Amino acid sequence: MNALTDNLRALPGASAPAPQGKGSVSLLDWFLLPARLAARQLFFERARLFSAIAGVMFAAVLVFMQLGFRAALFDSATRLYAAMQAELFLMNPLTMASFRPEAMPRIRAHQALALPEVAQAVPVYLTQAAWRSPETGAKRAIQLIGFDVEAGAMRFEGLDNISDALRQVDAVGFDVRSRPEFGDVAKKLAEAGPFEVQIGNRMMRIVGTVEIGPSFGADGNLVMSEVNFRRVVRGRDPANVDLIAIRLVPGADIQAAKARLKALLPGDVLVLTQPELVAHERHYWETATAIGFIFGFGSIMGLIVGMVIVYQILFSDIANHLREYATMKAIGYSNFYLARVVMASALILAVLGFVPGFLVSIWMYDFVGAATFLPLGMTLDRGVTVFLMIFGMCALAGLLAMRKLRDANPADMFA
Amino acid sequence: MLNDPIRIEALNYAYGEGELRRPVLRDVKLQVGIGEVLLLTGPSGSGKTTLLTLIGALRAMQEGSCQVLGQELFGASERARVSLRQRIGFIFQNHNLLGALTARQNVAMALEVTAHYPETERLARAGEMLAAVGLADHADRLPAKLSGGQRQRVAIARALVGKPGLVLADEPTAALDKVSGAEVAHLLRDLAKSRGVPILMVTHDPRILDIADRVVSMEDGRIVEKM
Repeated sequence: MNALTDNLRALPGASAPAPQGKGSVSLLDWFLLPARLAARQLFFERARLFSAIAGVMFAAVLVFMQLGFRAALFDSATRLYAAMQAELFLMNPLTMASFRPEAMPRIRAHQALALPEVAQAVPVYLTQAAWRSPETGAKRAIQLIGFDVEAGAMRFEGLDNISDALRQVDAVGFDVRSRPEFGDVAKKLAEAGPFEVQIGNRMMRIVGTVEIGPSFGADGNLVMSEVNFRRVVRGRDPANVDLIAIRLVPGADIQAAKARLKALLPGDVLVLTQPELVAHERHYWETATAIGFIFGFGSIMGLIVGMVIVYQILFSDIANHLREYATMKAIGYSNFYLARVVMASALILAVLGFVPGFLVSIWMYDFVGAATFLPLGMTLDRGVTVFLMIFGMCALAGLLAMRKLRDANPADMFA
Repeated sequence: MLNDPIRIEALNYAYGEGELRRPVLRDVKLQVGIGEVLLLTGPSGSGKTTLLTLIGALRAMQEGSCQVLGQELFGASERARVSLRQRIGFIFQNHNLLGALTARQNVAMALEVTAHYPETERLARAGEMLAAVGLADHADRLPAKLSGGQRQRVAIARALVGKPGLVLADEPTAALDKVSGAEVAHLLRDLAKSRGVPILMVTHDPRILDIADRVVSMEDGRIVEKM
């Protein structure tokens, strides 16, 4: 023992007075030191760390899936309109959604041509009809899109290859991205060439394929000429059309043309640009159905579950280390310092949980996208949004858990 | 003396309010000089622990005067009290080391609280201090891998590494067996003496009374006897 003390006396500055006054704490130390302590404590108890990471990851995946479905719904619902290549559209103001259109007079298309900047005005007929499966005989609703296939106002992928064939009597083009319940049409076409399918009450011939994609409103799509559309949809007055696509001459000002069309045409048609048409369709799904709300609600549920898990972990962590935190207060650490430790723990968990959650979600998007034929995919925007949500979720859990720090009373250490 | 590390005059303290008000310290007067080792004994409930927490700025004062290291604690703000605590070395009945940190990191924590030293120097000083308490070979062990006596020695290193102006100890030997208890007590005394740091230690342990310069006994909230 004496040897020890002798040793100590030899230490430099052993009897120097205690340093007085505070040095200035750099901003880095201000956060990094508490964060380092938080990390050391988190990594010390691996089992607890992994359950916390799993909780955050679960919340991240849940929110990603909900937001992914939500975006996929809106993307798929507007896919038909997004695929149409025209600058302006005329639509009946009563039309709520593309799968249930209200008709307007075809004459509006001719009236629109009065403007010099309008190059083409193409009437489009939309309706749903029953597709009888050539394999099983079962019926299934499919979206029919009838228009002037040569006008070039509608540029679905693959349409150019079959526009000649679509001029034949009873010829239709099949959307290969339709749900698989319609049968493997592409394979059948490749093997046996054009074949007949019952659409409504008429046998029509599939002559080729296009790519549009299913939506929540339509499981599949068929494109055809106006004339063939009328052959399928009996009793349909050709003077009533569902949509008019307007192509302007190159270089024309879209907004100015829109204003002139509005002035020219009577009030029974809406004049919309393509983004407005897409937004109109999207607005229907967002407001007129509960679907948008449901996925938003699901996201919030995921965040709440994640927050409760993180809160529980942080709270029990503080409760288990109450003596240690009280000791730290006793030796001169402020409440605020300990609050920073808790906050750093929360944010470390946010990052550690988000990263695997992000990766799992990318995989889930592929998996679920393949199963549902919905356009699910990770976007940078959504990644950033969800990260901020998870970050906020963990920060809120940290703020709630911090209240437990008050129980760490250094005076209780002397008992 | 005016520059005594601890000067207490007419200190009263009570728990509870109104009818439940129960005085625990009555008219306490106490001084501890530079480098003095003072032992505070007395039965449970005599108020010695409360006195220790008041001196350690862990509780707000109610009445009287208590100057610790030149800081008057009566009416002192939380900020002033936190700042004072940084200049006091605390040793508890239980070691209260952070379980996730090695012995060296635990000791360095006492230096992290202020920005006096950079990280490398903090760890170096912690290492020197651990060597001084005879744990040079155990510096990188976790507290769970140390014996009770070793842990308490780490706690002593933590209390002393910041070169405190005062060491407050609450029954530091209570959880230890006779041999390691005596060892720890003597180690603490020797280290403090060599640095001129006064110690105020609350203890029930009669085996370590020999380390004291002065023993003060408390009973029913009053200082009753001076040896």
